[in-house]
Amino acid sequence: MKIKSTLENYIFVLPAVLIFSIFYIIPFIEVFRLSFFEWDGILPTQVFVGLGNFKEIILEDSNWWQAMRNAGYITLIALTFQNALAFLLAWACDREIRLKNFYRMIFFIPPVLSELVVGMAWRFIINDVDGANIVNRFLIGMGLPQLVHSWLSDPKTALTTVAIIHSWKGFGWGFLIFLAGLQTIPRELYEAAHVDGANAWQSFRKITIPLMVPVMVLVAILTVLGTMQAFVLIIGLVGGELAGHTSVPVLRILAAMRGSSRFGYACAQGITFGVVLIIISFIQYRFSRKYRQA
Amino acid sequence: MLKGHVKILAVICCLAVATLLSGCASKKETRKIITITIWHWMTDREPAFQELAKKYEAKTGVKVNFDLYAPSDAYTQKVRAAAQGQNLPDIFGILGEKRDFASFIKAGHILELTPYMEENNNCWKNSFFPKALEVNEFSQGNSYGVKPGIYGVPIDIMTIQMVYNKDLFKKLGLNPNRPPATFQELLDIGKKLKEANMQGLVSGWGELWMIDCLANNYAFNIMGKDKVLATIRGEVPYTDPDWIKVFALFKDLREAGVLATGIITMVNKTAEQLFANEKAVFAFNGSWCANVYKGMNPNLNYGVMLPPKASENYPMAIWGGAGSSFMVNAHSKNKEEVVKFLQWLSDSEQQAYLSEATNNLPANKNSVTKIPEILAGFARGMDFATHPNIWGVSEFPVVIEAFDKAIQSIILGEKTPEQVAAEVQRIKERELAKRRK
Amino acid sequence: MKTTLYYKTKNVTINLLIHLFLLTVAVACLFPLVWMVSSSLKTQQAIFSDTSLIPKEFHFENYYRAWIGGGFGRYFLNSIFYTVSVVIGIVIVSSLAAYAFSRFRFPGRNILFIMFMAAMMIPIPGSFVALYVLLNNLHLRDTPIGYILCMINVGLSTSIFLLKTFFDKMPKELEDAARIDGCSKLGLWWHVALPLAKPVLAVVVVFNALAVWNEYILALIIFDSRQFMPLQVALQTFQGEFVTNYPLLMAGLTIAALPIIIVYLLMQKYIVKGVTQGAVVG
Repeated sequence: MKIKSTLENYIFVLPAVLIFSIFYIIPFIEVFRLSFFEWDGILPTQVFVGLGNFKEIILEDSNWWQAMRNAGYITLIALTFQNALAFLLAWACDREIRLKNFYRMIFFIPPVLSELVVGMAWRFIINDVDGANIVNRFLIGMGLPQLVHSWLSDPKTALTTVAIIHSWKGFGWGFLIFLAGLQTIPRELYEAAHVDGANAWQSFRKITIPLMVPVMVLVAILTVLGTMQAFVLIIGLVGGELAGHTSVPVLRILAAMRGSSRFGYACAQGITFGVVLIIISFIQYRFSRKYRQA
Repeated sequence: MLKGHVKILAVICCLAVATLLSGCASKKETRKIITITIWHWMTDREPAFQELAKKYEAKTGVKVNFDLYAPSDAYTQKVRAAAQGQNLPDIFGILGEKRDFASFIKAGHILELTPYMEENNNCWKNSFFPKALEVNEFSQGNSYGVKPGIYGVPIDIMTIQMVYNKDLFKKLGLNPNRPPATFQELLDIGKKLKEANMQGLVSGWGELWMIDCLANNYAFNIMGKDKVLATIRGEVPYTDPDWIKVFALFKDLREAGVLATGIITMVNKTAEQLFANEKAVFAFNGSWCANVYKGMNPNLNYGVMLPPKASENYPMAIWGGAGSSFMVNAHSKNKEEVVKFLQWLSDSEQQAYLSEATNNLPANKNSVTKIPEILAGFARGMDFATHPNIWGVSEFPVVIEAFDKAIQSIILGEKTPEQVAAEVQRIKERELAKRRK
Repeated sequence: MKTTLYYKTKNVTINLLIHLFLLTVAVACLFPLVWMVSSSLKTQQAIFSDTSLIPKEFHFENYYRAWIGGGFGRYFLNSIFYTVSVVIGIVIVSSLAAYAFSRFRFPGRNILFIMFMAAMMIPIPGSFVALYVLLNNLHLRDTPIGYILCMINVGLSTSIFLLKTFFDKMPKELEDAARIDGCSKLGLWWHVALPLAKPVLAVVVVFNALAVWNEYILALIIFDSRQFMPLQVALQTFQGEFVTNYPLLMAGLTIAALPIIIVYLLMQKYIVKGVTQGAVVG
């Protein structure tokens, strides 16, 4: 009887584990194995280099670390600007206002649009030569001509501009999750606090924030995982790596695979990237556990 | 309510499965007709290819399937995956470097065509422009370790040169029939551009290889082919004064205002659009652009020119040769038929048709019939054409990447030519050291 | 002394500011969509000469031409088929697994769960060739089933994570009651857990639908037969062919974006409640 019960339990997870083993684990093992070889992806022979690829990535490949730093920068902006925006919008929509559903629909449009359209539309807004130069014209109109830049081609501003547009595209998911979180905080708590004489800021600080911390952590973890892997939008906006200023890890991996035909090296980059992501996620998770217990 | 949706979706699925399965069923019919499958990436030539496939089937009864996979990087990945899975079609193309071409040959995927080319006193071989064939050949003693021979069939030729807008020239007070012949003249035009507030040169310099192309053209002009090849072999450093001169050219272009704003954030399509819509006076692009510009702006009044020479020491070089080539799968089940088809495709009549239909230059010498003036301009450049795939040596990809990025930095005004030369040389030495081990 | 007038004015001002804020963001969100649609209704010449948002003439025939020119018919249906199949597949497979991870005890439970979580964090860029060779060996290359199974795997980890978190928070009383009534484990899953999980399931549906609908590289590599290709592959080719023809390109992209917008609109009624229960830890 007990055996039957345990077998039943395994059957529940069987389809998932089966598909996962075949379609994730087997390719992963191959990628893991290849990271120890130098191979161009075509020749039948592969050259064993042991930890050579990893050594090269960690010690010599300054392009890789620049890409990681850039991705980290974009992620930082996402964690702050994007998520703060999402939170503020969710908070605004949580109040009893009209058009709540209208806004909910609109804010989710950016995540749904293809990166190609987003890239072209934003180039149209920002660029002078192949666009309508709306941003700069607005600045001049406001009497701020000294702030005018070639936002997407100036190395000083390109990465930040890309990060902001990326946040624009991504905040929809955060908005939705935060909104849901806010809507589950019982109104009675706010009413009780109001009766006790708390003003808006105090109830925000003492009720809203603590109850939203777990949601914020969830969003943070998903944001990091998603943003570190971004790359399609960068190609749409700036055509490439802009002499390294807008390079990101996935673009480096693709460059190794296609440009230099170094398949083994690309696999090693992939593994290194995965390890970094795991470490970051692990730190975030432990941090969240501590916070939850508080 | 969700369950209701699920039921409807399940019905749709069943219908779709039925349709798909019926597709599968018809595939299983045995056919005695010979079918040739070709994978290609040329979106603008698809209709022309389909026409030719029909013609060939009517003529010989052999069915030809052209399958288009775009964009070209997705095409490359598909070909590589298929090579791994031993699943290549009868005919396919290899985009990219000679190194990869060599690897495909060494891995046994490509049929050597030399015997067919040399049949009947080199009949097939001689129908091509020699430079078109060179890209598909491996010569005696090549550094790739490939048995010398011809391994691909060119189906068009192309050159990469500069184009200029004749109407905008008139506006600037320049003679539309006298494009700049020297580098200094080009720089001087920069002043006029600034005054008239016009954009100068556009090109897809977000895509590194186009930068490489122009830089290389000037390298040949300044120091000659032999020194460039010697540099690739590691005998001359990138810190050599001649190379610094090459890097400095880009600095000069930037300072003179010749380069369009944001040129290094452009993919080639954006550059093509800008030139076609008369937003830029010059463009650096390949002969395929004739078709693109025609599609975007049939009234564009433009001309072709060689990049203006920076030095009198050596002739200006441009990249040119075979535009697109097809290779035969060595494991194909119908090798003879496949080769016959390629011979037909590269024959003068079909080449002339393709040339007219798609505005590309034919690879067959005898097909140069009535080509538009602009293409004739590109064709004239063939005399100066060279191509990395015929040099017999390849630079390390990391070095090429560093070189191109270095030029991007110069254009951004972030580094000086001397600085970047030193950086590129450092990477070169690191790679050479690795190879020596 | 603060009068009611003070409070009223304060409220009105705050509401005004909030609306202003929301509207600004909404405009920024809508702009690319409006730009895409408006470009799709112009002619090739008008696109560059007329930069206003509302086209002077509306050329609806661009949509017809894009549909025909891109041969969208078959590919559109294929994409719908793949998206629906994968979504149904993931919903079933991941909810079964998540339910088991949440409610049942069996040896290896934790290890298996951690394995799925780790997969979420180690993406394998460049695994396409490995998958191709794998499918080839299984004789599933160039088959819809092969593609569907690969795509089910892609969304598996995140879906299991979302669902398990929800199931953990679900009160056990309903299930206990059902068990007393003689419900089998499978029955519990189907009759109790899934209906309660509708909100989270809606999130899983939208998330995976978006992923499958937008996928094209794996499809291009795995499929040789044109008849199996999804819409995105046709769209890429279409972009290559019509990139010189902006209005048609925009029309094609709009057509491609519509179904996903529709899915979101249908599902979003559930989403708000759903994500709550999955996310908030009391």
